[in-house]
Amino acid sequence: MRVGIVGYGVYVPRLRIRVEEIARVWRHDANSYREGLGIEEKSVPSLDEDTATIAVEAARNAMRRAWEVKPSEVGALFVGSESHPYVVKPTAATVAEALGLTPSLTAADTEFACKAATTAVQACLGMVKAGYIRYGISIGADTAQGAPGDALEYTAAAGGAAYVIGAGEGVIAEVEATHSYTQDVPDFWRRDGASYPRHAGRFTGEPAYFEHVINCTRGLLEKTGTTPKDYDYVVFHQPNSKFPLKAARELGFEEKKLHPGLLVNRLGNTYSGSSLIGLAAVLDVASPGERILLTSYGSGAGSDSFSIRVTEAIDSKRKLAPPVMYYLDKREYIDYSTYARYRRLFKER
Amino acid sequence: MSVSGVPRHWRSLRERYRLLGTYCENCGTRFFPPRKICPKCRRKGRTREVEFSGRGRVFSYTVIHVGSKTFEEYTPYVIGLIELEEGPRVLSQIVDCKPEDVYIGMEVEACFRKLFEQEDGGIISYGFKFRPVDDSWVEYYGKLLAEKEAKAVKS
Repeated sequence: MRVGIVGYGVYVPRLRIRVEEIARVWRHDANSYREGLGIEEKSVPSLDEDTATIAVEAARNAMRRAWEVKPSEVGALFVGSESHPYVVKPTAATVAEALGLTPSLTAADTEFACKAATTAVQACLGMVKAGYIRYGISIGADTAQGAPGDALEYTAAAGGAAYVIGAGEGVIAEVEATHSYTQDVPDFWRRDGASYPRHAGRFTGEPAYFEHVINCTRGLLEKTGTTPKDYDYVVFHQPNSKFPLKAARELGFEEKKLHPGLLVNRLGNTYSGSSLIGLAAVLDVASPGERILLTSYGSGAGSDSFSIRVTEAIDSKRKLAPPVMYYLDKREYIDYSTYARYRRLFKER
Repeated sequence: MSVSGVPRHWRSLRERYRLLGTYCENCGTRFFPPRKICPKCRRKGRTREVEFSGRGRVFSYTVIHVGSKTFEEYTPYVIGLIELEEGPRVLSQIVDCKPEDVYIGMEVEACFRKLFEQEDGGIISYGFKFRPVDDSWVEYYGKLLAEKEAKAVKS
């Protein structure tokens, strides 16, 4: 029996701020950030948008594509994020209510930096395969925080992607195998009550991102007996443009296989949404029979890899909801003062 | 959309999240907010729950420049009377456009947004707002797939 994705959907808020605008305020060299991070602009949530609203919009798009799924058939819903609106009170329950899936389902929020939602995809795959549920939904959404003036401010963006997982005829992309790789690595963290995360600078590269993305991907290739040549597309977590390019090169994937799902230059890093929005952009153009390799990365640290094969059901379903490119093009630029107000950088009035 | 306590928030959240109303099986009239009794049919009427599509038009609108404390940070914002395609008229904020771009008759669709937050770490109320309809995404797939083919031919 085919198990995999029966519907997917994304949402990206329409406000953008350019790298030049942030650099102007902090008197940084904009070019060093543009070239160093490979980023032009990032998405910014409106005052009335947060992880819950982004998750609902993405999930509604996913349900439009998964048209055969009845609300009563969804047995699980997870929202992976590191910017849940409440510390205690699940985003997942709000999203389930907004989608009309309540009350007969299980729901929870997951947190593992930027890979919280790929782990929830694995949980859904497991429950579907075991026969506990018919369909499960995993959503990765964030309104990422970056301290004013910190390098993270150039990339911390807002957006989300939702995946409806199920089995049978409606599967548009079969998940053939999955593999994970986890270790305790202090590369990036946010303590309880802290507004902004802290990171260990250069430490985020070799022992963190590359160690996990590369070894997890290798583990999946070994497990499945495949090589980079067997895949038509590869999607990695994308905190900037350089990291995924370097990982692809090291693993032996041709650069052109990375491009359809590499969006960070125009989107920024949407944390839990990052690799899953990249996968959605690939599904927007992939043909039946094509294979996709996806590897997420979450600081702390871990990666989840997936080997995915697109089925013939993709052609009829993808056109039922907006593609990622539509959201990237639909944008309005704001200046840093508006950004500061929208991100509530001025706390008290 | 008044600011209210936790019980009021809880009582109305389902209809706000999903644009849930009712209709009368006897005369077909649809209601939002939901009504338990059809005012036309009275005891002959029978009301049932219905989820509205979220599509509609701006029946009328106004721009708020001086908002109450809860909505102050959104000013200037647009409050519209939206006529849903199923009939009922709904009062809602219109977002994702400038106040000067709104006009009577404009096609709008429901989206899910934060309505307001209670002070001092209280509850966040979510629900529908309306934004201009933009179906231009339908055209994207032809373009995206043509670009993919062009690249395949080149390589």
